[in-house]
Amino acid sequence: MTILLEAQNLSRFFGPNIAVQNIDITVKRGEILGFLGPNGAGKSTTMKMLSGNLAPDNGEIRINGFDLLTQPKQAKAQLGYLPENPPLYRELTVGEYLKHCARLNRLKGKALKSAVDTVIDRCGLGEVQRRLIGQLSKGYQQRTGIAQAIVHSPAVVILDEPTSGLDPVQIRQIRELIREIANEHSVILSTHILPEVEMLCDRVQIISKGQVIFADSLAALHQQRLSSRLRISFANPPPIAEIQSLEHVASVEVLSSQQFRILYHPENDPTESLLIQAVSKQWQLQELVREQDSLEDIFMQLINFDTAAVETIN
Amino acid sequence: MWCVARLEFSRLFLSPFAWVMLALVQFLLAYLFLSHIDYFAQIQGQISAIPGAPGVTELVIAPLLNNAALVLLMIAPFITMRAFADEHRNHSLPLLISAPLSASQIVFGKYIAYLGFFLLQLVLIALMPLSLIAGSAIDLYQLSAGMIGLVLLVASFVAAGIYLSSLTTQPIIAAVMTFCLLFLLWIIDFAAASASAGEVNWLGWLSLLGHFQPLLAGQISSVDLSFFVLFCVVFLLLTIRRLDAARLS
Repeated sequence: MTILLEAQNLSRFFGPNIAVQNIDITVKRGEILGFLGPNGAGKSTTMKMLSGNLAPDNGEIRINGFDLLTQPKQAKAQLGYLPENPPLYRELTVGEYLKHCARLNRLKGKALKSAVDTVIDRCGLGEVQRRLIGQLSKGYQQRTGIAQAIVHSPAVVILDEPTSGLDPVQIRQIRELIREIANEHSVILSTHILPEVEMLCDRVQIISKGQVIFADSLAALHQQRLSSRLRISFANPPPIAEIQSLEHVASVEVLSSQQFRILYHPENDPTESLLIQAVSKQWQLQELVREQDSLEDIFMQLINFDTAAVETIN
Repeated sequence: MWCVARLEFSRLFLSPFAWVMLALVQFLLAYLFLSHIDYFAQIQGQISAIPGAPGVTELVIAPLLNNAALVLLMIAPFITMRAFADEHRNHSLPLLISAPLSASQIVFGKYIAYLGFFLLQLVLIALMPLSLIAGSAIDLYQLSAGMIGLVLLVASFVAAGIYLSSLTTQPIIAAVMTFCLLFLLWIIDFAAASASAGEVNWLGWLSLLGHFQPLLAGQISSVDLSFFVLFCVVFLLLTIRRLDAARLS
């Protein structure tokens, strides 16, 4: 697959403070890359650098083959950007605003009109296209912001926290919109909301304190989430030593008189033998759950691990 | 560049601000114009006897254009204050920055839009002296020299205003700074006038008024023209540099 956006070794300092250090990003065609991190991790700084609003101190950015620093015009023509605060002019109507945005991106005549009509349709702005942007609800403003980013059909769309400050219904609508956009464009999405990444993204980069601490597909992240824990409860529980002695069981933790947590090595799954034993010895199995780490847990683990590692180095 | 100008121009006229400014300035100058005519009508009988006495162009049109220059000096900062300060405050500048435009295109586009507004204002102002043609002979050459002077003057006001607007996120601070700068450059002449003869009069050279007065009297010299052109170019270049620097800071 073609690589549409490639950034290497991006670094940015604000005075003595490191905002972002040695970040590599690649986005392929039709892919949604989630850029995940706590507030203040350097997400927005990175997004600003990718969109040409902030010059990196180090590193290079190529968008669809054009270098953003040496050929900024060609590169920016391939780029749609929605900053954290949507860049809207409150005194224009939605239709006028999008027309101007299309003009800024070199669209003219019929192409301009059809592009604006298409984007109004895609973003569901038909009802409000004659209303002033300043009077719209936050959700519609956000949609107008997204429409602005995709009106010229750029190769790469960069969305910086597109769902922040919206209500749950609006968030759902915006997510559907983003998924639709990804059919035609590559999307880089920054967020601090984990389920959002889970729902939308193909690949994830987790960033903390300006450094990438995890970069892989979502499937790999799920892999990491599968842990080696079973929660099990019996109406008629056996003595704990008996469970302990079963094959492949590493250790047993007592949660209540009937409920236990069984830890095992991922390569040796004791579920099978446990079930056979439970049936044959009439322990009356009531519940058997494979416990997963939530994405939050992994997130915290990764961040804590990273902080710990940095502390050991120091 | 033209798309930025178009965007900026339509935004300017979508706010009531531009319309109010146009109307009020026109009202103010119309009042001054009428009082000048009134005065001229009073003294007309007396001066007609003097050979080579000043005519209607010197006594009505020149003072009117001079007043127009002062009024524009006072309102220009309030129009240009929005140029970049408003964008900074609205966080809307990224729209222009991430569009395929260079910093100079953004700056020139905005400059053209604001200049367009003031040219419109000048056309309205020029209608007043031109209306005198109906009843009197006027010196069209002196009038056009004065109008050229006014165009160059507002071009300089706008250039300075846009630059100062790019320095701050508060439009009102931009307006006050612009007003102070323009006013200082207007009155700097007074200090220069008191300097003893023979000294290099560099303060006088900086004065906007000093370069505008000869044009008003109908005297077009390349020194004055190049002063205004240089003034605009310097401030526009500073603005472009400022916009580029914002990416690096």
